[in-house]
Amino acid sequence: MNRLLTALLTFVVPACAQTIFIHNADVFPVTGPEMKDTSVLVQDGKIADIGPKLVVPKGAKILEAKGLRVYPGMVDSGTELGLTEITAERVTDDTAEIGEFMPQIRAIASVNPASEHFGNVRVNGITSVMTLPGSASGQLISGQAAMIHTDGWTWEQMEISRSAAMQIPFPTLGGGRGRGGASAESPGGGADATPGGVGGGFAQQLRDYQAKIKKLGGFFEDARHYQKAKEALAGKPGFKPDLKFEAMLPVLDGREPLAITAAHERFILDAIKFADEQKVKLVILHPRELGKAAAELKAKNIPVIFGRVLELPDKEDEPYDQAFTLPLEAYKAGIKFAFGTFDENQFVRNLPYQAATAVAYGLPYEEALKAVTINPAQIWGVADRIGSIEKGKVADLLVTDGDPLEIQTKIVHLIINGKEVALTNRQIELYEKYLGRP
Amino acid sequence: MRIQCMALITCLLAGAPVYAQTYVIRNGTIMTVAKGTFVGSVVVKDGKILEAGPNVTAPVGATVIDATGAFVTPGIIDCHSHIAIENVNEGSVAVSSMVDVRDVINPEDIAIYRAMAGGVTTANILHGSANPIGGQTLVLKMRWGADAHGLIFEGAVPGIKFALGENPKRAGNPAGGLGANAATTARYPATRMGVEDVIREAFNDAKAYKSDWDAYDAAVAKGEHPIPPRKDLRLEPLKEVLEGKRYVHVHSYLADEILMILRIADDYGFKVRTLQHVLEGYKVAKEIADHDAGASTFSDWYDYKEEVRDAIPYNAAIMQKKGVVVSLNSDDPELMRHLNSEAGKAMKYGGLTADEALAMVTLNPAKQLGIDKQVGSIETGKDADLVVYDKFPLSDYARVQKVLIDGKLYFDRDKEIAGQEAKTAEMMKLIEKEKAAAARPAAGGGRGQVNP
Repeated sequence: MNRLLTALLTFVVPACAQTIFIHNADVFPVTGPEMKDTSVLVQDGKIADIGPKLVVPKGAKILEAKGLRVYPGMVDSGTELGLTEITAERVTDDTAEIGEFMPQIRAIASVNPASEHFGNVRVNGITSVMTLPGSASGQLISGQAAMIHTDGWTWEQMEISRSAAMQIPFPTLGGGRGRGGASAESPGGGADATPGGVGGGFAQQLRDYQAKIKKLGGFFEDARHYQKAKEALAGKPGFKPDLKFEAMLPVLDGREPLAITAAHERFILDAIKFADEQKVKLVILHPRELGKAAAELKAKNIPVIFGRVLELPDKEDEPYDQAFTLPLEAYKAGIKFAFGTFDENQFVRNLPYQAATAVAYGLPYEEALKAVTINPAQIWGVADRIGSIEKGKVADLLVTDGDPLEIQTKIVHLIINGKEVALTNRQIELYEKYLGRP
Repeated sequence: MRIQCMALITCLLAGAPVYAQTYVIRNGTIMTVAKGTFVGSVVVKDGKILEAGPNVTAPVGATVIDATGAFVTPGIIDCHSHIAIENVNEGSVAVSSMVDVRDVINPEDIAIYRAMAGGVTTANILHGSANPIGGQTLVLKMRWGADAHGLIFEGAVPGIKFALGENPKRAGNPAGGLGANAATTARYPATRMGVEDVIREAFNDAKAYKSDWDAYDAAVAKGEHPIPPRKDLRLEPLKEVLEGKRYVHVHSYLADEILMILRIADDYGFKVRTLQHVLEGYKVAKEIADHDAGASTFSDWYDYKEEVRDAIPYNAAIMQKKGVVVSLNSDDPELMRHLNSEAGKAMKYGGLTADEALAMVTLNPAKQLGIDKQVGSIETGKDADLVVYDKFPLSDYARVQKVLIDGKLYFDRDKEIAGQEAKTAEMMKLIEKEKAAAARPAAGGGRGQVNP
């Protein structure tokens, strides 16, 4: 009897392949114009069909959405999700490995699917994120960043792209760099890199800086020699793969971009020069200014990932709204960009509000929405699967009562990877528990 | 002419942008916080709010600020900030009640201007959280350009910072060592138990000290000539706490330590004015309300350290629903610039109304700081501390357009934008000048980062 019941339940509630019919919503595909009174059919994890008069398949769960809107799930392009739980407690933080050249390090296999952060970011509409391995002091290559869904039983189920980028904390002038790259709190050498700022004298610092870039280039050269040797020796006895160089091959082939943290004009320009010389693809992470680098980024079609829009100006004497207007500056220059949170997982759920702030300071709304959906998908090479509402793409969908970038908007239904995900988390459970405390 | 010139020069020296004019902020959505929201106008005269309503009588010669389509709110009040001071922590002793942030006001801190441009007109400037009993605190107005004295909020009750939990324990656990096993440089206390003891010991001393002074004062009142007790600068502020003349602002996180400090206060007969951060306040909201303590919390911070593992963004809403006066603070020079949208999150998380949420960054912190007679809402007679937003302010789409403090226009975004080019040109000129004098070494690194 029990067995029969179990079998029946298994049949009625299939583990993953849900069929969901979102009926009669206003669909905002991002890659095309708004579609009024349109339905979306989700089947086998994918967007199976979009249209005004779709036939509801048998057994489909129908979500009545008259007056509601459907958006693609949002994407944060720079997080430590799954790797860090409590920022200040190193035992709960698996970012920033030891070692100078660590391309073989991969974030994907250390993602904890049970991290409470996933539940918190999901309910705010963030359905996928880039998780960065994070950089340690003095490091030149940090490892492979992964694009993952914010829901799944295992990291394998969460995976969208296990090696979406190779993280590089570009060398800076004047001292070392703290974990996690440049930040307002601990700018390391980045923000303070003024001539005479930190010990050793500027000329010496410049020599050290250039030596580090040269050393980084040397590693790329070695990897290229390895690539040639492998081509010649592969399959022959005695050939032993080198895990570090193996990890570099997708970068050298142009399949995987470098994600280089470069905060200031000089470093961005030098990072571009470096990528040019190495003939590899480049994405700039967390720039705090663009300056003269803007034209170069545009000319070479290099995208950037901005950090939090709600940041202090990079320097004391810059306009108070310098960080608020940086995305507008990139838009005007014709640079493709997306948003990341960087630094702390607690802020990931505010990604849409960061984008809204950019709108308040002049960025066209459509561009802000793209910067948290289709742009990151394109930048990280996963636009065939996520980032917009198109037939055949993975079903990462938000059903909302309004604009997803607005704080007051409610998400009514959430679908990740084709499955409806409960709009709850541990924080909501605590809320309900203590609201009811006598 | 000469007198006018002198007046102008005095005015410039004082740093005031323009001396108080009469303004009519016309045809905006006026969110008074205390008296509802309506489309109408606000009249500002002699630094005060003269009138606010759907229909007002504009005084002759008043400067009109057109607020059509815009929103007007009371100036934002931040109940927890560390800007505008040179030092934050005197961490060498467990009880540092003798130090006062008043002595280290830095009126040139650019954070004042940035906060003001984000709508903040008043801020509670606190000592850091390195000790169970920290230094004395004070309330400032963001009168950018004024000197140190000119920033002080006249009439605000002075405060003192207490701190519980991880931060005050840190000095007792140096380099990861634990309590008694740590290096000899460990400073008592190393545990929450010790934190309680340090505060009790201090109030035990303060109570005895107060009774010595009370006896002395009584004898003097009787016409006797006793020898006065020795003045103790450490206990003097705690005596003021016992007398209700100084507010206690307690940095706290966990429910147990929140309850602990309330019970110390009950035992020694003083009130905790505000619990700061108080991220587990939602677990003991009833006890906080019973003590009549205010709660000043973050909108949605969590998991930045172990003791905030149970922090939830619904904290403000739960405490409010259980009868606590709640404010939302920044503790951060960046977050400070958008407390309006932080308040918006209290609507999202817990379903407060716009008025309730806006009160959490205006009238409620004013109540907590004992300055609600002067500021915190748009009402006749209150200080003309006002913010004009271009859109509904409880959203990140809103932008601060204008800020008035004491009826003076301190920030005008249009002027700010128009002036940016000239400022950049001036900066470039200064950089060129500096380059020309490059032989000289550059000045040292400026003020260090603080760790409140």
